[in-house]
Amino acid sequence: MKVEQISVFLENKPGTLEHATRVLKEADINIRTLSVAETVDFGILRLIVNDVEKANSVLKENGFRVSKTPVVAVEVPDKPGGLHSIMEVVSKEGINVEYLYAFVEKSGENAIIIFRFDNPEKAIDALLKKNLTVIPGEKLYQF
Amino acid sequence: MIYNEEFETMPREVIKALQAKRLQQTLERVYHTVGFYKKSFDAAKIKPDAIKSIADMQRLPFTTRKDLGDNYPFGLFAVPMNNVVRLHAASGTSGRSAVFGYTKRDIETWSDLVARSLVAAGITKNDIIHNAFGYGLFTGGLGLHYGAEKIGASVIPMSGGDVKRQLMILQDFGPTVLCSTPSYALHLAEEGTAMGLDMKSLKLRVGIFGAELWNDTTRDEIEKTFGITALNLFGLSEVIGPGMAMECLEGRNGMHVFEDHFIVETIDPKTEEVLPEGSEGELVFTTLTKEANPLIRYRTGDLSKLITEPCRCGRTHIKMERVLKRSDDMLIIRGVNVFPSQIEAILVDIEGLEPNYQVIVDKAGALDVLDLQVEVNDKIFSDSGSIKQLQKIEQRLIKDMRDYLGISARVKLVQPNALKNADAKIIDKRRI
Repeated sequence: MKVEQISVFLENKPGTLEHATRVLKEADINIRTLSVAETVDFGILRLIVNDVEKANSVLKENGFRVSKTPVVAVEVPDKPGGLHSIMEVVSKEGINVEYLYAFVEKSGENAIIIFRFDNPEKAIDALLKKNLTVIPGEKLYQF
Repeated sequence: MIYNEEFETMPREVIKALQAKRLQQTLERVYHTVGFYKKSFDAAKIKPDAIKSIADMQRLPFTTRKDLGDNYPFGLFAVPMNNVVRLHAASGTSGRSAVFGYTKRDIETWSDLVARSLVAAGITKNDIIHNAFGYGLFTGGLGLHYGAEKIGASVIPMSGGDVKRQLMILQDFGPTVLCSTPSYALHLAEEGTAMGLDMKSLKLRVGIFGAELWNDTTRDEIEKTFGITALNLFGLSEVIGPGMAMECLEGRNGMHVFEDHFIVETIDPKTEEVLPEGSEGELVFTTLTKEANPLIRYRTGDLSKLITEPCRCGRTHIKMERVLKRSDDMLIIRGVNVFPSQIEAILVDIEGLEPNYQVIVDKAGALDVLDLQVEVNDKIFSDSGSIKQLQKIEQRLIKDMRDYLGISARVKLVQPNALKNADAKIIDKRRI
């Protein structure tokens, strides 16, 4: 049920993000969603793409430091309390969220939230038990 | 003033004879007590008694910094540990560091050498000495300290760091002598001036500076800022520490090498041939009296010239010019010696980092600053892709640089191929 995120190391200076997006464009890779975390000196670009393997290899070929990171995608109704319904479950289980980012589905009815949990397996079990919708990678990549 | 007139003003030919005699004794001793020297003399097919004069010593093999590392920690000691009363060490990861031992007599010899140096600077028992050389494994602090006590001066064992406190004591205790690296003296002046303190109003009259490459412009700046006479002191931890050579107040032109305890040669660093006195070359030192840790023809990596003209101070010992260059890639950062290979050894130990790096050394005000840029590899993310993980690696690198090398580095992680002039591992922007 896990999703693979592409994590890319970027120096915090003009042109580095542009270089990464150019490489992806030229390889015809579509970005489903993304987030950037940064410090003064460097950042991490986190991507969910339609073709994980290809994105991984073209970025590497172009000299980027890349790694595949297991994350969990959870679908909730796009209305008040959506995110909270997930947090309730993981918090009760003592699972820690390292980071998260979200996007709204094309239909506009549901939001998808990407989580990096300290214990992804345990989180998935707990969420499924509470009948929350965990979206497998194959489905998410093709949304 | 001369501390040990008998030895410091010995006629040249008497010095030469004394050196030859002490050299023979040293060679006999190291050949029989230090495995490394037995091997190296045997490999060169030289028996110690074949070296009958100073001229013969050109046949002896050199000792290098690598030999010190290879014999870490105690392989070059010539006495059992129960005769060793003190251990000092160079900073470094184990592969490149070195340990230096002293017997009780070595400490006395060393104190005598520092006493000679202080007296050559006109320092007496009436002086109060503010010693800002680092105390600890580094030889600077304790070396100076023992010599200062030997002449009966009052020593303030400040060590480095904590500038505000240093400035307070400089004002309240009224020291007349400052001992430190030249850049640290200028740093004190910068901070003091910023606090509204006129450095010339302090009671300081003499400064003894060393452990760094520094030139006459820096000397002029220090003298003007503090209103003192600044003198140059030379020493290497590998050989004994500060007090191997000292500039005299009268001459102020080169440092007298205390030749009753050391033989100094200059060699061409490439061909290893001995150069005539007066030509620039790499300094090579042989200890003549050191018991615990004698060294034969130690290649220092420091480039200098020997000055044979007699000195007006009356000392007969040869002089060496101030060291302005190195024959190798060693950097001196705030008085701490660092080799690029030591940085590499740290990098390969940290997962996520490549041994591709660039060091940029520059001055921020008076002080050296070291920027270290390092390429990361795919392992940088471990499993989580979190910033925390990257910051952990950065912090570990900063800590290792401090713990192993004693250097505060500013660290930056970079993408592959991001380093400018990637072939240049070291970019030194300081002007010495």
